[in-house]
Amino acid sequence: MTTLHHDAPDAPEPVDVDDPRLSRFDVVKEGLRRDEIEIITYESQFQGNNSKAEKRVVRNIALLFILAGVAAFAFLGFYIFWPWRFELGHTLSDYYTPLLGISLGIALFAVGFAILAWAKKLLPHEVSIQARHDGASPTDEQKITGQTMLFVGDELNQGVQRRPLLKGAIGFGLAPIGLVAAAPLIGGLIENPHKAEHPDLFTTGFSPAKNGGNLVRLTRDDGTPIRPEDVSTGGQMTVFPGIPHGATNEYADSPTLLIHLRADDAEETRNNADADRRNAGSMWGNYVAYSKICTHAGCPASLYEQQTNRLLCPCHQSQFLITRNAQPIFGPATRRLPMLPLGVDEEGYFVATSDYKDTVGPDFWERP
Amino acid sequence: MKRRTGKADLQQAPVTFAKGVDERFQASTPLRALLNKVFPDHWSFLLGEIALFSFIILLLTGVFLTLFFDPSMSETAYEGAYPALRGTEMSQAYASSLHLSFEVRGGLFMRQMHHWAALLFMASIVVHMLRIFFTGAYRKPREANWVIGMALFLLGFLAGFTGYSLPDDGLSGTGLRIASAIMLSIPVVGTWISASIFGGEFPGHLIIGRFYIAHVLLIPGGLLALISVHLGLVFKQKHTQWPGPMRTNTNVVGERMFPRYALKQGGFFMAVFGTVALLAGLFQINPIWLFGPYRASEVSSASQPDWYVMFMDGLVRLMPNWQIYIGDYSLPPLFWPAVVGLGFFTTAPMAWPWLEARKTGDKRIHNLLERPRDNPERVGIGSMAVTFFIWATISGGNDVIADKFHISLNAMTWAGRIGLIVLPALAYFIAVRVCLGLQQHDREVLAHGVETGIIRRLPNGQFVEVHQPLGPVDEHGHPVPIEYGGWVVPKKMNRVGALAPAVKGFFFPVEKPSEAPVSPGMPPVSGDTREEITSGRK
Repeated sequence: MTTLHHDAPDAPEPVDVDDPRLSRFDVVKEGLRRDEIEIITYESQFQGNNSKAEKRVVRNIALLFILAGVAAFAFLGFYIFWPWRFELGHTLSDYYTPLLGISLGIALFAVGFAILAWAKKLLPHEVSIQARHDGASPTDEQKITGQTMLFVGDELNQGVQRRPLLKGAIGFGLAPIGLVAAAPLIGGLIENPHKAEHPDLFTTGFSPAKNGGNLVRLTRDDGTPIRPEDVSTGGQMTVFPGIPHGATNEYADSPTLLIHLRADDAEETRNNADADRRNAGSMWGNYVAYSKICTHAGCPASLYEQQTNRLLCPCHQSQFLITRNAQPIFGPATRRLPMLPLGVDEEGYFVATSDYKDTVGPDFWERP
Repeated sequence: MKRRTGKADLQQAPVTFAKGVDERFQASTPLRALLNKVFPDHWSFLLGEIALFSFIILLLTGVFLTLFFDPSMSETAYEGAYPALRGTEMSQAYASSLHLSFEVRGGLFMRQMHHWAALLFMASIVVHMLRIFFTGAYRKPREANWVIGMALFLLGFLAGFTGYSLPDDGLSGTGLRIASAIMLSIPVVGTWISASIFGGEFPGHLIIGRFYIAHVLLIPGGLLALISVHLGLVFKQKHTQWPGPMRTNTNVVGERMFPRYALKQGGFFMAVFGTVALLAGLFQINPIWLFGPYRASEVSSASQPDWYVMFMDGLVRLMPNWQIYIGDYSLPPLFWPAVVGLGFFTTAPMAWPWLEARKTGDKRIHNLLERPRDNPERVGIGSMAVTFFIWATISGGNDVIADKFHISLNAMTWAGRIGLIVLPALAYFIAVRVCLGLQQHDREVLAHGVETGIIRRLPNGQFVEVHQPLGPVDEHGHPVPIEYGGWVVPKKMNRVGALAPAVKGFFFPVEKPSEAPVSPGMPPVSGDTREEITSGRK
């Protein structure tokens, strides 16, 4: 045993645990002494045996345990017999999950409180003091361990110092081994975003390259093409590239908002667009199409306010002014929404006369 | 075969077994030390337990969920029980989550339990951390556990994010989209990181599978390892305790782990479990069937992440649109709040224990906690951080507030921006003043005694209030000032036993002396009245 540090003058003396006169608690106290614990109080919380208060506590705890059992049976009953399959309308199955929750909750709470009450009320109240031993190890121990570590270091180090060949060889040998461990774990994950001839970062489904060189039609999400008269004045529609899987997440950057502006707004929009090098000539009649993918974090900027001609992104509240090349006018976005050059093919359906001229979607370092 | 006979053998069996175990593992001494280990008790020490218990619930329910979830992004037409989505194209992940919710007995209950337990896990980590911070429990020798706690928050954050991305519903897809944008915003390597994690352009076909393995293996493994070290260190270093009678920096006053303390822990676990069960049964959470499958073109307003991500979302919303151009390259404003901000706020506080020790020059070992009021500057800085976090979190829901209270969204954003700078400073000032005021009041009561509410009229017509001194008085009847002991000062007469105790018990009033003022839950014991200890059994 380590030496005991007892400040208390009345520190108990060690006892012989084989002494038959000792009660079990005396033996426990010897254990406490060895663990440097001093019990200050350890007493029943009730006056006398079988007091009224004690009986009441016992009754309450028993009640809680019984309640737990009842609730647990209720849970099992609900779980097994209550109709649980989802049905339309107001049915009993609507209450399946709440009933499970209530019955399990009550059961667990009852068990919990029963145990807590048992521990807090029935078990003797106790205050014990245990000594702490903080701080560093004895200095000689510190020194021995330190010297041992240095010795190990010396052994390895001297070996290398005396044998220069080893030094180089170890350096040369270990570094690649480390890389070998890392390479297969990480290497397979690395994707070059620029490896394709037309990296997806810069192209969308509206690129003619995705459609065998033909212009890509604007379609609804079911793939049907759109005529100008399909969009009412002041109305808007989400359109997708008319290519296979064009409306799926495979072309997550392609969703586009096609807006039919009122005449005066269209006039203003056209003037602003034509004054811009890249947006010039991209409108068709009073129709304009902007990328729906917010240039901030990529959410669809889908809330169109007709009165003010603003587009609002619901994720971080960037606002874009449609009549002014969809420039951001509020919120964290810095870049305007790219405009899709619109045209109408010989059958009278909307097409994109080229891909977006600006990069679609959230901003990044090497965006041109 | 020799037949063993007699009852004695059977009674002897546990002893034989125990001896056998000890011969092999020398378990006796460590086991007794464990049984006897003394724990200090205070309600605020249970906050971390809530996190631990939530984690256990997460493991239990999470394993159940994996048995039904299919982490695949291949498209399928839904043919399940929920009529509104029948025939809709969706990923296998979403379809299997719907299946789990509608066609597995009790599946929805387990899913909601998992999600609620996750929210509770993060909430209790944060509240536990506040307790640690404001009481100075992170001071030497417990700095390592403070760092581990921060890491646990970060890991929990990632676990939560990967978790709610898995169902691949409309909301989680939007979250993934934003995560991809955040990766893209990193200078130089952003597009490479995004492409590598998503396996090409967003969303690709791999991300759900990758997040799945991170969510069910890598992150829980990390959490489990860190939690083990965290608890191991608490065990090794022994728990801190509040100052109070008999309590010193070199002892632990409390009760032994077994049986009472451990039993209370068990009961508390059941209560936490019951809370999660009630929440899961009664309060719907993440009704994925309402959001539909993820489509890049669809989102609804009021798309909020889980609460512990909202502070970051709020910071992203409040960030002004400052873009930095370097030659042909650009640095989007999203980078600052989402990458730098998150990185800073989850790692910089790790250095706090050393920063504080450096500033105060305090290299001593502290096992006694400090009441928050006794260290106004720490409380001020903590209040700054809390205010910043809460304000950012509120701003993460500013569109909902704008909608419900008919406030302009732009006004909310500006209020958020200004508040984020002004309010923490204000919080610092108020917190420091409050602490100083409380300190002063403590000293006042110690010097003059408790206000009795009795007004006495002196012969000269002057009115004075009678004070009850807390300690001895001098020859003029004035109290001798008492030294402040770092713990609660009784400030009401019934706290010093003058008035009848508040009626205890709901139906049966219990006549009992009021709780000891100096240390709730512990009867006052003076050193010279110790008696022979008995087993407590009569």
